Amino acid sequence: MNNFRILKPNKENLNLFISLGVFFVIFSFVDILVNTFLNFNITGAFPGLISYFSPLLIGGFGLHLIRIEYSGNKYLDKVNKNLNSSNFNAFLSLIIIFILIKYVPPILNWFFFDADFAGSTKQDCTSGGACWVFVKVWIKRFMYGMYPDTEQWRINIAFLILFLSIGLIFALPQKFKKYIILYLLFIYPIIALNLISGGIFGLKWIETGAWGGLSLTLIVSAFALIFCFPVGMFLAMGRRSELPAIKYCSIGFIELWRGVPLITVLFMSAVMFPMFLPDGTFMDKLMRVIIAITLFEAAYMAEVIRGGLQALPRGQYDAAKSLGMGYWRLHFLVILPQALKLVIPGIANTFLALVKDTPLIFVVGLLELAGMIGLAKTNPKWLGMAAEGYVFAGLVFWIICYSMSRYSQNLEKKLSTER
Amino acid sequence: MSNIIELKNVNKWFDKFQVLKDINLTVKQKEKIVVCGPSGSGKSTLIRCVNRLEEHQEGQIVVDGNEISENTKNIENTRAEVGMVFQQFNLFPHLSILDNCTLAPIWVRKLPKKKAEEVAMANLKRVQIDDQALKFPGQLSGGQQQRAAIARALCMEPKIMLFDEPTSALDPEMIKEVLDVMVDLAKGGMTMIVVTHEMGFAKEVADNMIFMDEGRIVEKAKTKDFFDNPKSDRTKLFLSQIL
Repeated sequence: MNNFRILKPNKENLNLFISLGVFFVIFSFVDILVNTFLNFNITGAFPGLISYFSPLLIGGFGLHLIRIEYSGNKYLDKVNKNLNSSNFNAFLSLIIIFILIKYVPPILNWFFFDADFAGSTKQDCTSGGACWVFVKVWIKRFMYGMYPDTEQWRINIAFLILFLSIGLIFALPQKFKKYIILYLLFIYPIIALNLISGGIFGLKWIETGAWGGLSLTLIVSAFALIFCFPVGMFLAMGRRSELPAIKYCSIGFIELWRGVPLITVLFMSAVMFPMFLPDGTFMDKLMRVIIAITLFEAAYMAEVIRGGLQALPRGQYDAAKSLGMGYWRLHFLVILPQALKLVIPGIANTFLALVKDTPLIFVVGLLELAGMIGLAKTNPKWLGMAAEGYVFAGLVFWIICYSMSRYSQNLEKKLSTER
Repeated sequence: MSNIIELKNVNKWFDKFQVLKDINLTVKQKEKIVVCGPSGSGKSTLIRCVNRLEEHQEGQIVVDGNEISENTKNIENTRAEVGMVFQQFNLFPHLSILDNCTLAPIWVRKLPKKKAEEVAMANLKRVQIDDQALKFPGQLSGGQQQRAAIARALCMEPKIMLFDEPTSALDPEMIKEVLDVMVDLAKGGMTMIVVTHEMGFAKEVADNMIFMDEGRIVEKAKTKDFFDNPKSDRTKLFLSQIL
C-alpha cells in the first residue's frame, strides 16, 4: 500500500518528488549533452534500443514525478502547464528539445563556426564547414549576372532611387504620398529601365541577355507584381460581371492560365510567341517573360480577389447603389477597398509565390540569382559548391519574402478598423 | 400636390414565385406612407423596386418624373434622389462616420470636400451623433449606426426617403432614438415610405397606411381609418396580433 502511494505525486511528499524528478530530468539532459558533444554514451551498458531511447524514458519519468498540480512553486507550475501537462506532452517536449540539442549545433558549425570566409579560391576552404569564399568570389555575378563590371553602378543607382522613393513614402505626409506612388508606378519604371538598359544619354546599350542575378530577380518580380495586381483585379471583376461576353472571357482566361504550368508558359513565350508576330517585329525576351509571368500570376490574383468580393455582404452593394453610385464608383470607393483588405493574406501569398517562381526563367536562358548559382557551381574551379550556393540563394529569397510577409501583416493591422 | 412616385400594375417574380402582384400606388410629395404586413409579404421588395435595387418584370414605376425599367439610362441619377435606410444599417465599415457621409456627395454630387463635410456635420448634428464623426462604424452602438446611416442618406439631400425596417435589428432601448430622428425628419416635410412594425410611430407620422399580404396591397387607407376600422378581415387579424 505504502509503496503505491510513493509513485503518486502529491503535495504531502512534494520535496521528495521534486528532487527525484529533477534528478531524472537532469540526468536525461546530461546523457544527451555528453552523447552529442563528447561522443560518449553513459547508458551504453544497456542493450541498443533501450540505450538509444534512455534519455527520453528517464526524462519522461522525471517529468511524470514533478507533475504536481498547484504545487505552490511558480516556476514548477509554469513548466507543468506549458511543457508537461500530460505524459504525451512531456514526451513531445523532450523529443523537440533533444532534437534541437542534437541537430542545431552541427548546422551552426557548418554554417558559421567551421566555415571559411577568407581567401579567393576553392583551395582556401580547408576547415570542412561551408565555403563562403565561393559566394564572396562570385557575389558580383550573383547580384548583377553578366552585366559588365564597369556599368554596374547604373543598377545600383536605379535601386538606390527606388529605395529612396519608398523611404519618402513613409517620411512624407499623407498628402504627397499618392504622387510618389503614381511616380513609382508610372515614371520610375521608365527611368530605371532606361538607366539599366542604356542606349540613351551616352549610356552604353546593354542587352537584356546580359542582365542577371539578384537584380534580375528583383526587376522581374517588381514588374510582374505591379502589373499582375490590376490585371487580376479587373479579371476578378470581369468574372462577376453581368455582361456574358466579359464574364466568359474572364473565366476562360483565368481557367486557361491557372491550368498550365508556369514553365510551359515561359517556354511558349520564348519559342512559340515570336512565330505569331508579324515579320520584322521584335519583342525583347525579358519583356515577353515578364508579360508571361504577369498574366500567369494575374489569374491566381483574380481568384484571390474574387474571394474577397464574394465575402462582402450584399448590403454593401445595396447601400452604395442607393447613394447613386454607378458600377465603377461602387467598386473603387466601397467594394474593392474592403475586399482587398480582406484578402491581404491571399495577395501576399500570391506575391511570395511570384517572387519564388522567378528562378524558372532559366528555361528561356535568363539567369537570375538561383540561375547564376546553377551556372557558377558548374565552373570547373568551383565544383562541389552547390550546397553553399543554394543555401545562400535560399537565405536571400527568405529575406525578401519574409520582409514582404511582415509588411503585409503590418498593412493588415494598419487597415483594420474593427474595434 | 404632384405625385412623386407612381407604381402601375407592377408585377415581380423571383424565378417562378410571384412576390409582387398587381401593385398600384401613388405617393404625393411630402406624403408619409407606412407599409406593414407579415414577413414575406413583399414589403421590402416593394420599396427596393422604387430605387431599382430589385427589378420588376411588369408594370410601370415612375420616380420623380423618370420611368425606371431595364431601359433606363443612368439609373444612378434617380437613385441619388432617393435615400434609403436599411435594416442592417450597411454603413461602410472601412470609412469613418464622417467619410461615410461625405463619400457620395463628393463623388456623385461632386461637392467640394469642404462643403460636403459641412453638410455632413450638419446632418450628423441633426441625428445627434456629431460627436462620433471620426469614429468607425464598428465602434458605435446599433442605434448610433442606424442614425449615422440616416445622416448618410440625408447628405445626398434626397427628395424621397425609403426606410426598410430600420428598427428591426435594434435593441429595444435603441429603437426610440432612431424613431425620434425619423419623426423629426417627417415633421421637416420629407417624403417617406417606411416599412416597419412600429405601430406607434405609424400612428404618429403616417398620412396613409398600406397593409400587404402575399404580394398584394390588401388595404390602403388613411392612418386613422386604418387603425380604427380596418376593412379587410386579414388586416383585422394582423392588427389584432400586433397591437
